[in-house]
Amino acid sequence: MMSRISGLGEPNNKRALSRGGAAVWWAYALVLAIAPSLFSSGLSQTLLSQMGIAIIACLSFNILLGQGGMLSFGHAVYSGIGAFAAIHSLNRITGGWALPVSLVPVLGGLASVLLASVLGWVTTKKSATPFAMITFGMGELVWAGALMFPEVFGGEAGVSGNRVAGAPVWGISWGPQQQVTYLIAAYTLVCTWLMYAFTRTPLGRMLNAVRDNPERVAFVGYNPQMVRYLAFVIAAFFAGVTGGLSALNFEQVSAEVFSAYRSGAYLIFTFLGGTAFFFGPVIGGVLMVLAFVLLSEFSRAWLLYLGLIFLAMVVYAPGGLASIIMANWQVARRGYLRRLLPMYLALFAGAAPALLGAAALVEMLYHRQLNAALGPTLTFMGLNLNTGGFASWLTCACVCLAGLGLFEAVRRGFVKRWELVQFDMAHPQGQAVE
Amino acid sequence: MAFLTISLLNGISYGLLLFMLSAGLTLIFSMMGVLNFAHASFYMLGAYLGYSLTGWLGFWWALLLAPGLVGGVGALCERYVLRRVHRFGQVPELLITFGMSYLILEGVQLVWGRSSLDFRVPLALDGPLFTLFGTQFPAYRAFMMGVSLLMLLALWGLLTRTRVGLVIQAALTHPDMVQALGHNVPRVFTGVFAAGCALAGLAGVLGGAAFVTEPAMAASIGGLVFVVVVVGGMGSLAGAFWASMLLGLIQTFAVASDVSLMSLASGMGWQLADSSSGLGLWAIKLSQLAPVLPYLLMVVTLILRPRGLLGSRSE
Repeated sequence: MMSRISGLGEPNNKRALSRGGAAVWWAYALVLAIAPSLFSSGLSQTLLSQMGIAIIACLSFNILLGQGGMLSFGHAVYSGIGAFAAIHSLNRITGGWALPVSLVPVLGGLASVLLASVLGWVTTKKSATPFAMITFGMGELVWAGALMFPEVFGGEAGVSGNRVAGAPVWGISWGPQQQVTYLIAAYTLVCTWLMYAFTRTPLGRMLNAVRDNPERVAFVGYNPQMVRYLAFVIAAFFAGVTGGLSALNFEQVSAEVFSAYRSGAYLIFTFLGGTAFFFGPVIGGVLMVLAFVLLSEFSRAWLLYLGLIFLAMVVYAPGGLASIIMANWQVARRGYLRRLLPMYLALFAGAAPALLGAAALVEMLYHRQLNAALGPTLTFMGLNLNTGGFASWLTCACVCLAGLGLFEAVRRGFVKRWELVQFDMAHPQGQAVE
Repeated sequence: MAFLTISLLNGISYGLLLFMLSAGLTLIFSMMGVLNFAHASFYMLGAYLGYSLTGWLGFWWALLLAPGLVGGVGALCERYVLRRVHRFGQVPELLITFGMSYLILEGVQLVWGRSSLDFRVPLALDGPLFTLFGTQFPAYRAFMMGVSLLMLLALWGLLTRTRVGLVIQAALTHPDMVQALGHNVPRVFTGVFAAGCALAGLAGVLGGAAFVTEPAMAASIGGLVFVVVVVGGMGSLAGAFWASMLLGLIQTFAVASDVSLMSLASGMGWQLADSSSGLGLWAIKLSQLAPVLPYLLMVVTLILRPRGLLGSRSE
């Protein structure tokens, strides 16, 4: 289990997005245009609007982590300040300001830029580990500081507003949720495109260079600290936009938006989505909402699952889901997927019982600790498990172990086969003997 | 005078506790280049284990055994999780320890529940040690200071006066050479990580009984420890010591005082006409500011002296 699978974690094909890139962009735009109408139920509107916000947030976080190699533990500061700027300007609009509600998120972004140009100057003085600690400290500073100014940040209760403000433009009052979902979709598309465009600018390229070799960047005559600072401010702008959007979406903002948990969530899901590819954080954003809205309903142990998945991902697939997808896409495009498919089925046959067994054990453990008053019986996947009896524990443990054994046996073969396929892909003429 | 002396003593005892935490963090950082984000989680684990062991065996055994257990957990984490990503650089290592802090928090909540525990100071140490200018100084605080000082002396002796310490110091700067001379450097790493975690665990038992033992305790002290390390200078033990003291004193004095800008101004003879303007900034008391002061100190340090009090020049 020591070696990582080659081909994951390195952005080995930079043109992956530009080739057929236009098609991908059209598909992305189409999904964003159709989804709010197609899924019109209350729950799906909630999910979709939050997904759009989370996608922008994770992409902006990835400007720091993926493109700049800056691990921030305080990104929520900038989405939070955008949210407060937005909710206050919303209340001003209600009071008579002549500003279209649809531009409020931009205002949130600008407020965030303002804060980032002050705090970021201190933060980006350092890189790598000190940077991570300082962002953590800044996050705590702003979070604790926000509670000290109840006039601005509303104390524990927060500040609420009403997005139906000002005169309706083209008959859009922002009252119905669907209108807001469409606004968020539009922002998501524009922001995604802008952030993609940023990666192609000279500054975006310099940022990659600063990530990989700051000394050399300094040697060629650029100031790495300045590059980091500019990228930090730009990332903060998009974070501020997400704050503004969420203020419009929820019409309520409390100091909780600054919390370390939120910063941690940005980090975890951006990483799970994948930092090595531009589209990784899009997956991460979708996953974040699914986890927070659905998984948390489904299981009380969801934070434990999340932590375990995160650790496994860091150890075995540091490029996140995006790199797994891209590596397999490469294999499939060259016609090698057929050689791997049986292996994948076997892996799944091992992983499914292992995960289900483990999940059943965890659920039983949580049930015993938290729901003991409800009696010893727990229904998991349609099965009645008796948490008081020995048989249920033993069965689940056996299922889990059997699955693990099968998985491990298959995995060894899979790694060998994978390496062979990678070798064949790298040397198309000299076919390796299998 | 009474306020000054008692606050000074309280501040020093709190500072020593902070140093016990930051010493482990600094040692691990300067040796392995890993910022252990889960360090405060090991502090919390120490407090919870100390609580349970106190229930079974009594406080003194807990004080002895809990740090050992926490050190063991730390060694396992280093050996089976952290070491796997060591060669991939700083960011994956930081992420791993970040994930571990999540898991430890979840585990602690699963085992001990989500509310705060009634972890009390042992009877023998309950009550005042002496009365100074009419104010009592708790015996447990003195005990905390004593244990911390003893521990730190032992650590200092171990690092500078023994063979093991020499190997550790050499492995700090020249790991390859030490390896070539026949020492098992990965095992030294595991040992240092375990020792750092054990120190955090000891601080947890001491601090858990003195303050609150609750799931949020890791998050609340974790930030402070980071501030100590940044202010003291990354990787400098002496810097961490002075920064801990500074922070301990600032925190204690700030919590105990109710000075505000408004009262300062009126003390100097100015009368502010409208105290409600300026976002209420004037009326905020120093004690309310206490939670933010460490982070302000960090910002000021970064502006005035980016390498910290005693840090080296390099990043």
